[in-house]
Amino acid sequence: MNTIPTPQIDYFQVAPMLIVLGAAVIGVLAEAILPRRQRYLAQVAISFVGLLSALVMAVFVFKRLDPNSLSPKRGQVVAMGSLAIDGPTLFTWALVLIFGLLALMIFAERHLEGGVLAFAGQAAAMPGTEAEREASSRGLEHTEVFPLLLFAVGGMMMFPASTDMLALFVALEVFSLPLYLLCGLARRRRLLSQEAALKYFLLGAFSSAFFVYGISLVYGFAGSMSYAGIAQAVAGSSDSKVLLYGGLGLMVAGLLFKVGAVPFHNWTPDVYQGAPTAVTAFMAAGTKVAAFVALLRLMYVAFGAIHVNWAPMIWIVAILTMVIGSVVAVAQTDVKRLLAYSSVAHAGFILVGLLGIRALGEVGPQDADGVTAVLFYLTTYGFMTLAAFTIVTLVRDANGEATSMKHWAGLGKKSPLLAGVFAFLLLAMAGLPLTSGFTGKWVVFAAAMSAGAWPLVVVAVLISVVALVFYIRIIVVMFFADSEDNGVSVAIPSPLTSTVIMIGTAVTLALGLIPGPLLDLLSRVGVFIR
Amino acid sequence: MTTPFIALSAILFSIGAIGVLIRRNAIVVFMCVELMLNATNLSLITFARTNGNLEGQVAAFFVMVVAAAEVVVGLAIIMTIFRTRRSASVDDASLLKY
Repeated sequence: MNTIPTPQIDYFQVAPMLIVLGAAVIGVLAEAILPRRQRYLAQVAISFVGLLSALVMAVFVFKRLDPNSLSPKRGQVVAMGSLAIDGPTLFTWALVLIFGLLALMIFAERHLEGGVLAFAGQAAAMPGTEAEREASSRGLEHTEVFPLLLFAVGGMMMFPASTDMLALFVALEVFSLPLYLLCGLARRRRLLSQEAALKYFLLGAFSSAFFVYGISLVYGFAGSMSYAGIAQAVAGSSDSKVLLYGGLGLMVAGLLFKVGAVPFHNWTPDVYQGAPTAVTAFMAAGTKVAAFVALLRLMYVAFGAIHVNWAPMIWIVAILTMVIGSVVAVAQTDVKRLLAYSSVAHAGFILVGLLGIRALGEVGPQDADGVTAVLFYLTTYGFMTLAAFTIVTLVRDANGEATSMKHWAGLGKKSPLLAGVFAFLLLAMAGLPLTSGFTGKWVVFAAAMSAGAWPLVVVAVLISVVALVFYIRIIVVMFFADSEDNGVSVAIPSPLTSTVIMIGTAVTLALGLIPGPLLDLLSRVGVFIR
Repeated sequence: MTTPFIALSAILFSIGAIGVLIRRNAIVVFMCVELMLNATNLSLITFARTNGNLEGQVAAFFVMVVAAAEVVVGLAIIMTIFRTRRSASVDDASLLKY
């Protein structure tokens, strides 16, 4: 038995993550010492400053990554081999931080509920009781949502950077636990919200138990928790590989649960529908980015040598995810639920990109292509999803958000601008040209083609056509269906929400028209270091 | 001679997983998840012994800490559900479907 060495941590490299987690801790402290009236402003300011300075710091670390920018292998493994600070990590950090800032803006929106946050006034007060009415009339609000958001962002930054299974597991829980809580905090329709939290929590805990059992089996095989050690054992060992394959299967199941891939997708529609829409927007964008990059890193850095053995499994999952996500979406009658199934289908398309990376030992030029494609797709997907869910918060009737499809009938006449923007975002999700959705699908399919996965690309293109059906259906309902007077109107939000919609739409349009600069940046990001 | 311990951990893990699938009370479901995590701890420690390094034991501590954090969040959520519905059955929580 050897001893555990004192850890050496390069604080500069991990500073962006530490700033976010530090801001979260200050937020918790502010919750304890500030009087109730000052908390909202203080929390928003702390979160904003924390996220923004972390973003600046991430850019700074990226600039200092390596003066020799021509080498594809840039970056280094820090914190005793548990975090890799390389190009993909820093790009993902920047992305998660931007999504965090946008989510902060919709979290902080107070106009829509008449001067309070869209989160439960007092989560402990039972729905429909005197206590709840009192909390509502006194204008109570849970400003704890801001530190919870920061903790989730911090976990989402650690997750894709992990190069050690233990760090990976801890990061998974750090971003999941705040999300479980946030899901249950809606101000309106609290029973649905609490039920979503229960489902998400129980299934999430179940899946992370499988995940950690998988970790223990892989550790049993490799004798090491670090990706480098696993990669060595996987490539070199001639022992029985039962433990390895069993463990790999369980770990992948845990990660596929987080990204919402079939057959682990069943929580997605329920949780996306029941959670407060601001949380859904953040969860849809942030979790997917963090979990996919973590999945990529695990599969290629640790298990790259047995690529041939796990690729068929991902093929099947990718096809099932695209097919089931798109086909079931056609039958949906609730806008949030439909967007949830659409996000399942998108997970399938991203899995196609994952198969575009061929990292059989050597790092070749086409590897970078696959990583570039997946990161590009995640960027486009995140912005359009955030904007689309933010629009959902604005269509309201007397009971709060009206998410049923029949309430959206005739929206094009009530607010042509909002309906037009939503239609544009839907077409982007469908992947029509001149939107970022098209370029995203294009680079992902091109990467998969170059890796020889052409049957998968054929399926993906066919499924894109099916997906078009349900996106067009909402557009038809909005613009051509008769609108009875159902009391639905489009609320006028504060500049916070409008900014999020504007940014999301502008990025979606810009990446559709001129994807070049981002693709250039991504090609300089390089590959995962080992 | 570590095979019996691995077998025991696999059996405990399976009991937990089956429990999650067939039990209906949210608290019992949650206890079954905890059983799965503890089965994992047993296997981590056994593998640490087999491999002759401490990483598995360290991991077991982290799993315990995470399990404790999960209890806090989980019981809070189950409590709110129980208080509003007077039932902790996972079958009763069925407003969200299709």
